[in-house]
Amino acid sequence: MNQPILVAKGLTKQYGKNVIFHDIDLEVAERDTIVIIGPSGTGKSTLLRCFNLLTRPEQGQIWLDGEEITAKGAKEDHVRERIGMVFQNFLLFNHLTALNNVLIGLTQVKRMTKEAARAKAMEELQRVGLADRAGHYPGQLSGGQQQRVAIARALAMDPRVMLFDEPTSALDPELIGEVLNVMKQLAHEGMTMLVVTHEMGFAMEVANRIIFMEKGSIVEQGSPEDMYYHPQHERTREFLHKITELHGKTQRKE
Amino acid sequence: MFSQFFSYVLQGTLTTVEVTLVALPFGLVLGLLVALLQIYGGPILSRIAAIYSTGMRGVPPIVLLFILFFVISGSISLDAFWAGSLALGIVTSAYQAEILRGAILSVGAGQMVAARAIGMSRLKAVQHIILPQAVRLAIPPWSNEASIVLKDSSLVYALGVPEILSRAQQASAATQQPFLAYGTAALIYFVLVFTTNRLLDLLSHRMRIPSNP
Repeated sequence: MNQPILVAKGLTKQYGKNVIFHDIDLEVAERDTIVIIGPSGTGKSTLLRCFNLLTRPEQGQIWLDGEEITAKGAKEDHVRERIGMVFQNFLLFNHLTALNNVLIGLTQVKRMTKEAARAKAMEELQRVGLADRAGHYPGQLSGGQQQRVAIARALAMDPRVMLFDEPTSALDPELIGEVLNVMKQLAHEGMTMLVVTHEMGFAMEVANRIIFMEKGSIVEQGSPEDMYYHPQHERTREFLHKITELHGKTQRKE
Repeated sequence: MFSQFFSYVLQGTLTTVEVTLVALPFGLVLGLLVALLQIYGGPILSRIAAIYSTGMRGVPPIVLLFILFFVISGSISLDAFWAGSLALGIVTSAYQAEILRGAILSVGAGQMVAARAIGMSRLKAVQHIILPQAVRLAIPPWSNEASIVLKDSSLVYALGVPEILSRAQQASAATQQPFLAYGTAALIYFVLVFTTNRLLDLLSHRMRIPSNP
């Protein structure tokens, strides 16, 4: 296997007495596409947010490229610069055009010159197929377009790994495809990705590992084939079949 | 007859505008600081900022103006114009802080999260992501506060600053024509307030973020 990019050991997150997840171990290797599934409220999103330190785990450690980012004195802004994140509700900067949404991290965080940043931002918009929408504001874009701009914004920072937090859950069914296509293309380009989603079609096609989480623990993980056809746990089978039923339509359409 | 009143009272207009142009920006800077501390200041500083804002807003402006006037002019040597204008600025800072706080909170926590997620520091996020959006939301209520400050600048009359109201009072005393004197003052105030509100409406319109209906 490749060198692991992201390693988590014994991660525990709790709010007061309410344990969100407990003692999670996870290793993400270069070029991995890992899909995390599980019922809502099992801590999948919170787990993703721990990886880029948007929330701090109470226990456990995380390493990014061998450097412990949960250590005291680790520069969290610098960590986040290297970990891209895409949110369920897009969270584009409403007052900026698509181009400036992608560009602002380059000028303000990476301190690139305006010209270089502009060229790079256009390149990233091109990558998600939205170069012709560069001058549009988020309010002038469809949900699917907004999410693709959000992906471009994260990609522009040249992240080591991309975190996707239910990127298609807020989209109308007919807009899901365009976002999933961009994500598939990224996976094929070799981007390392950690994706929380219920899109089983995407998971089966692109993931090299599926992780099933429930009640704050990893119940089971394995290749899509193993997870789908030979799950070790009855609960895994039950859940997978339930969401396949629910999301079956989009899967057939592809 | 009226034109004489008008030209006499009008001479106070410049002072009124000057008082407003000192008090309003001073209150804006102070108010912004108070609003930012209240939201991002951590437990102690935000508490202090909240007490400041609540306290200032709980007292009539004229009472505060007198207190602040004597504190300011007692501790540093300032003339009535500067002491009055700065005092008025402190009064309005608390109201402007609330306007800005409301606007910043309306921007939504998600914008901050998204900014932090690409590696921006909190300060950068506030500067480049939160404030540009908050300012747009704040303009309509701020326009209202601007007209209040413009009108409240008449309070510095009590400190002996020769602005519109003090001019009108003199005109009234000299001519025994209070209706004409104060009517002229009212007219000038109205034109000033109306113009200010229209200009800020225009600004708000120009700064609107484009979106599809």
